[in-house]
Amino acid sequence: MADNRQYCTFYLDGHFFGVEVMKVQEVLRYQEMTRVPLAPEVVRGLINLRGHIVTAIEMRRRLKFAERPQGEVPMNVVVRGEDGEVSLLVDEIGDVLEVDEASFERPPETISNEARELVRGVYKLQDKLLLVLDSEKVVNLAA
Amino acid sequence: MDDLVKEFLVESYENLDRMDRDFVELEKNPSKDTLGNIFRAIHTIKGTCGFLGFSKLESVTHVGESLLSMLRDGEIDVDPLITDALLAMVDVVREMLTGIENNGSEGERDDSALIAKLTSLQKCAAPAKTPAAAAGSAASAQPEPKLGEILIESGQISLEDIDRALEEQAKGDPRRVGEILVQQGAAKPAEVLEALQTQSESKTAVSDTSVRVDVGLLDKLMNLVGELVLARNQILQYTNTQEDAAFLATSQRLNLITTELQEGVMKTRMQPIGNVWSKFPRIVRDLAAACGKQVRVEMEGKETELDRTIIEAIKDPLTHVVRNSVDHGIESPEARRAAGKPAEGTLFLRAFHEGGQVNIEISDDGAGINPERVRDKAIQKGLVSAEQAARMSERELVNMIFMPGFSTAEKVTNVSGRGVGMDVVKTNIEKIGGTVDVQSHKGQGTTLKVKIPLTLAIIPALIVTSRGDRYAIPQVNLLELVRLEGEQAKKGIETIHGAPVYRLRGNLLPLVYLNHELRVEGVAAAGDASESQNPTINIIILQADDRQFGLVVDEINDTEEIVVKPLSKQLKGITAFSGATIMGDGSVALILDVLGIAQRAKVVSEVKERALAEKLESQSDQKEQRQAFMLFEVGKNGRLVMPLSMVARLEEFPLAKVEHSGDQDVVQYRGQIMPLIHLQKSLNCEPVEEIDDNQPLQVLVYAQRDRCVGMVVNRILDIVEQAVMVKREVERNGILGSLVIQERVTDVLDVQRIINDYDPTFFRQNETAKAA
Repeated sequence: MADNRQYCTFYLDGHFFGVEVMKVQEVLRYQEMTRVPLAPEVVRGLINLRGHIVTAIEMRRRLKFAERPQGEVPMNVVVRGEDGEVSLLVDEIGDVLEVDEASFERPPETISNEARELVRGVYKLQDKLLLVLDSEKVVNLAA
Repeated sequence: MDDLVKEFLVESYENLDRMDRDFVELEKNPSKDTLGNIFRAIHTIKGTCGFLGFSKLESVTHVGESLLSMLRDGEIDVDPLITDALLAMVDVVREMLTGIENNGSEGERDDSALIAKLTSLQKCAAPAKTPAAAAGSAASAQPEPKLGEILIESGQISLEDIDRALEEQAKGDPRRVGEILVQQGAAKPAEVLEALQTQSESKTAVSDTSVRVDVGLLDKLMNLVGELVLARNQILQYTNTQEDAAFLATSQRLNLITTELQEGVMKTRMQPIGNVWSKFPRIVRDLAAACGKQVRVEMEGKETELDRTIIEAIKDPLTHVVRNSVDHGIESPEARRAAGKPAEGTLFLRAFHEGGQVNIEISDDGAGINPERVRDKAIQKGLVSAEQAARMSERELVNMIFMPGFSTAEKVTNVSGRGVGMDVVKTNIEKIGGTVDVQSHKGQGTTLKVKIPLTLAIIPALIVTSRGDRYAIPQVNLLELVRLEGEQAKKGIETIHGAPVYRLRGNLLPLVYLNHELRVEGVAAAGDASESQNPTINIIILQADDRQFGLVVDEINDTEEIVVKPLSKQLKGITAFSGATIMGDGSVALILDVLGIAQRAKVVSEVKERALAEKLESQSDQKEQRQAFMLFEVGKNGRLVMPLSMVARLEEFPLAKVEHSGDQDVVQYRGQIMPLIHLQKSLNCEPVEEIDDNQPLQVLVYAQRDRCVGMVVNRILDIVEQAVMVKREVERNGILGSLVIQERVTDVLDVQRIINDYDPTFFRQNETAKAA
């Protein structure tokens, strides 16, 4: 466990992302949402998660990707933050991956500003790159 | 923590609170009973802490107890000096208890001064004028029934038997009454035993019928009941589609039981408002003494009950109001006599239930609020223009004391007068859905009326639909519902300069369209009045502050008991919503904040007034060159300010977050490495003696372009407004000069110098960056 870390992975607009598995409470399929007028546009709505009200954040908008095509429904990755649970809306769920800490690299300077704020680093997997998100920063819309 | 210690703490806090009250009572009305109560309370604390091994606590309480026992035995008389010393002891004991609660020990402290004072009072105190009073000992103060009385009551012995036995005892017989009675043959041993048992039972009766419950557990119960209410609502909705008689009957029963359970659990969270008030006599006593005033506190309706979350929420605002009344409201004894009033002022607290709300009134018979002075002050501070003020009624003028930045106190005391008080009181009370109103008669006094809801957790609400989404409106804000149909709907709504209004019984009522306010597009399900095609308009008449307005929605559904759940951090900033709830069908609905909506729609003029006030303020700024400063503390006694405009942010960092780079302390901050400058070291201030490792570092962040530096201070005190006048040039490194702020000389930090000393390239690099 010293050199290896586990990440819950998902896809967003063709990119491969991950958040620390210990931060993830659960993964759910699409849930009905109540929209919140006047809210920041990344907030898609509120979900009833067994009696808890959870805010859903559209990750495509958070990372400034193109909107999800019509007809495709997002999945929920519910993460635990300092201020309760928040659901991240993503395209598709991947596996839980164990990665070698040696393949880690800081995000390159050239990637866009929004992404650099939220991406903690990159793992060079054999066939693709895994972008690791800082879940605390992702749910903190004030910054 | 040890259960034993925990119990000791709870019990001792209760004892101390009671002692505060008893001491104040004692000063007014010295009675043996009160003294006995105080003595017993401190004796209990002393006994238990000796047993638990808190020796410092024991030594303090021991001298206090000795002094008290002399008072009780009438060897000396109570005077203000003694009361002060004893109250000081109560404070010290409370501090120690807090220390024990937080880190399990009394802490390193030296209370020898207090102990010496208490001891000297025992010696030099004036001998009592009534030595005869020494007779009635503490035992007589105890309301516990005597053995003899019990025996007489049960008819076993006669009054004479007891008298004889007591005589024996008075002659010097060391035995107890029961033994003497048995020996004299007046009573059988079994009877005495029985009587003794009755006696001890009556002592424990109260504690046997109540149980101490952890507040966390109550909160959890409340949450669970909330969930149950939701599940009940879901089932009731489902029953509408069912015809099974047995199922209907069962769900009906479930409904009743849930309602009863909800009421029961709510009741467990209710506390009498007297719990908050009980602190006031002591506060008033200390404050009145400090101001040289005489104030009496009277209370009515102490037993009025409120939800404990509300009790918590109103504690500070009420305390502030009480302090204000004593400090500003009630005049000095001389002024009062000159005005033909008794020298002693009265502070009257009153609480009562009315229409599902709790009313709290705090009135004083002081000088009252002078509307002219309020007006002048408000104009001077730029809160309103002279023309505006001229149009205001007396009541409106008086209510301006709730505006931010207002204080009429001519001199700033450490109690009040900094202009950050009453507006905070108002916002805090409004936050829990309450209202505040002030009425004042010049020369006769001021009454502050607070109205607050009974509970916050489960509230009745009206469910409405707008553009397909459902919203809940708390029923407290609701006045009436109006439905316009057909011709009425077409003609009923008129416009003034584009603003829609409706004539409600002859009065113009401003209308707000919910979908417009929430900027929600889409087609209405049932009817859209604004396009005047569908002939139905639903208007909900609401009360916000002291204004009424009509909220137009597409559909009015139903009323329901809803469980209020807070919105997450990401959505806290939206003033239009106060929370969210889960509906019967499991979907989420937002709860409208009526005041927030009214402010968004500018129905309540506060927003306009504030905007105007800000504009005026910025104008007067230019005239007087006022500047805002951040006031903070460095080292042991260093009070410093720096211009607020130079503070980018205030941050707290736990010590664990501090890392080192070379000999420099740094923290990771917003993806950067931010160096920390310890101002205490840079300015060579005398260090603070006790440094608590658990306390996070208080850091003022200075940022320029993309670089930032954190300056570590001991404590952030306040934000103050001051006309810029550098009073004195100082020859000290890192100090620009001095100002008089809040009547104290305060140094102005030379931020650039400090940063330059630490890193001479900081500003240069920024310049090169600028040039590039």
